Amino acid sequence: MKIKPKQLLRQLITWAALLPMALTVLIAYLGTVLWSLKVSMSNSRTFPSDEFVGLAQYERLFNNDRWLLSLENLALYGVLFIVSCMVIGFLLAVFIDQKVSAEGALRTIFLYPYAMSFVATGLVWQWLLNPGNGIQQAVRQMGFEDFTFDWIIDQDKVMYTIVIATVWQASGLVMALLLAGLRGIDDEIWKAARIDGIPTWRVYVSIVLPMLGPSIATVLVLLSTAVIKLFDAVASMTQGGPGTASEVPAKFIMDHLFGRANIALASAGSIVLLLTVLALLAPLLYARSRSERAGAVK
Amino acid sequence: MTRRPYAFGPARIGVYAFLVSAALFFLMPLYIMLVTSLKTMDEIRLGNIFALPVTVTLEPWVMAWTSACTGVACEGIRGGFWNSVVIVIPSTVLPILLGALNGYALSFWKPRGANALFAILMLGAFIPVQVMMFPLVRILATLGLFSSLPGIVLIHIIFSMPVMTLLFRNYYQSIPQELFKAARIDGGGFIRIFVQLMLPMSTPIIIVAAIMQVTGVWNDYILGLVFAGRDNLPMTVQLNNVINTTTGTRLYNVNMAATILTSLVPLTIYFVSGRWFVRGIAAGAVKG
Repeated sequence: MKIKPKQLLRQLITWAALLPMALTVLIAYLGTVLWSLKVSMSNSRTFPSDEFVGLAQYERLFNNDRWLLSLENLALYGVLFIVSCMVIGFLLAVFIDQKVSAEGALRTIFLYPYAMSFVATGLVWQWLLNPGNGIQQAVRQMGFEDFTFDWIIDQDKVMYTIVIATVWQASGLVMALLLAGLRGIDDEIWKAARIDGIPTWRVYVSIVLPMLGPSIATVLVLLSTAVIKLFDAVASMTQGGPGTASEVPAKFIMDHLFGRANIALASAGSIVLLLTVLALLAPLLYARSRSERAGAVK
Repeated sequence: MTRRPYAFGPARIGVYAFLVSAALFFLMPLYIMLVTSLKTMDEIRLGNIFALPVTVTLEPWVMAWTSACTGVACEGIRGGFWNSVVIVIPSTVLPILLGALNGYALSFWKPRGANALFAILMLGAFIPVQVMMFPLVRILATLGLFSSLPGIVLIHIIFSMPVMTLLFRNYYQSIPQELFKAARIDGGGFIRIFVQLMLPMSTPIIIVAAIMQVTGVWNDYILGLVFAGRDNLPMTVQLNNVINTTTGTRLYNVNMAATILTSLVPLTIYFVSGRWFVRGIAAGAVKG
């Protein structure tokens, strides 16, 4: 096939316009990932080194107690955060969907924390949960003198305080997205269920919930991305403490990149984080491409 | 049209009881921030965190703005406010322009191979920032942009490109191809069709994108911390420095005033824009 000069020019202009995108993809996304992969297999410390050491950094990483603790914390946090956000967000959406008055005001109240930064969120909850002047002290002043709520300084419970703060910040988002999903459900289904005499809660659990599949998938993707990213809230609320009790992978990597000058170990950690994301993402993408193909056949 | 007619029975009361207690829980931190910021330190030390201030003082607000200490300097967080403004403006305008351009080229001109590029860009949105951090620091340092305003803007352009491109691509795909073909027949070129036809039609999606981008960049912490450099530290970073790195007595009232001040811009956008804000989340999330 002969390409006409005019057509060639057209292609050239289009590609010139897409140049920033091409550069971003090739250098900023693909290039940096390969670069980090390479650094993670070197013995770089403060400065990059080209010496290839295979998987030695990964071995060191998985012998590092702080890293293992951060992974454990992230897993605990991830499960609690996602489950709490889903349950609270779903309940809020269902209750708002009962034709309540002041719906607009309620929705505004449930979603406003999402407009706030994780830093501000962490700082507010740090103040609320501090045992000296916060909620604990307030309840004690009301006469319950043995009341204890000092999780933020308790090594075993500090992760729960980060869950509380971030669930407060993000569950409104789940509410908003699921409410949009609920509004998309056909009224005929409700009529049919009523004629059959099925109790409302049954309809929600057995019919509505499965129909919300796509909305729930979207919410899950957003929430799991937030879990992997978890850094700002920890940095502002506990700085990883008390001790290293609320250490998370993103913070471990940042500390080793900039504070402790061990860039090879940090890069190995970041690659592990990336692999985790891919492992979580692959089933979702696979399911979606399958359902898209199924949709195309129809 | 009523789905399920409700009488004011116990079930109805239960619904409201749940919603009202949930609303109180969600509002509590905002309330505590406000009352704490209006109290004197003596009152905070002795009093109850939930109590209304006995004597209302605006001094913590003045201090937070003009004289709270961030590390060594005691100039309040107003510097951070202006730094954030200066970062947010180009980091909103440029990503929107690029997103629109990408979406336009992908939807109408469809150059060969562009879809593969777009697919990788979408996957790129899921790469943890930490993976890209060190190489990006090195690249910016080589270009002489590390720790500078153009540097942090470039970083925001890179990290917002997936979602901005997605927003505009989806928007343009809902515009009929016939419109584009007619413009081609009338002799419109790549740039002319973009500037004179597509951009003027894009107002709704530009508003959505602007809301998302201003909020996102304003609330960013980690990128500003690493890439902005000491002279351009955004407000979130300064806020964290005020609260977490000060030595000596902690001024909780000043801290809370500073936290409200930092959250004021995104909260105002949220309360004013209402449904547009939600639309942005939904549009960015669908297929994201």
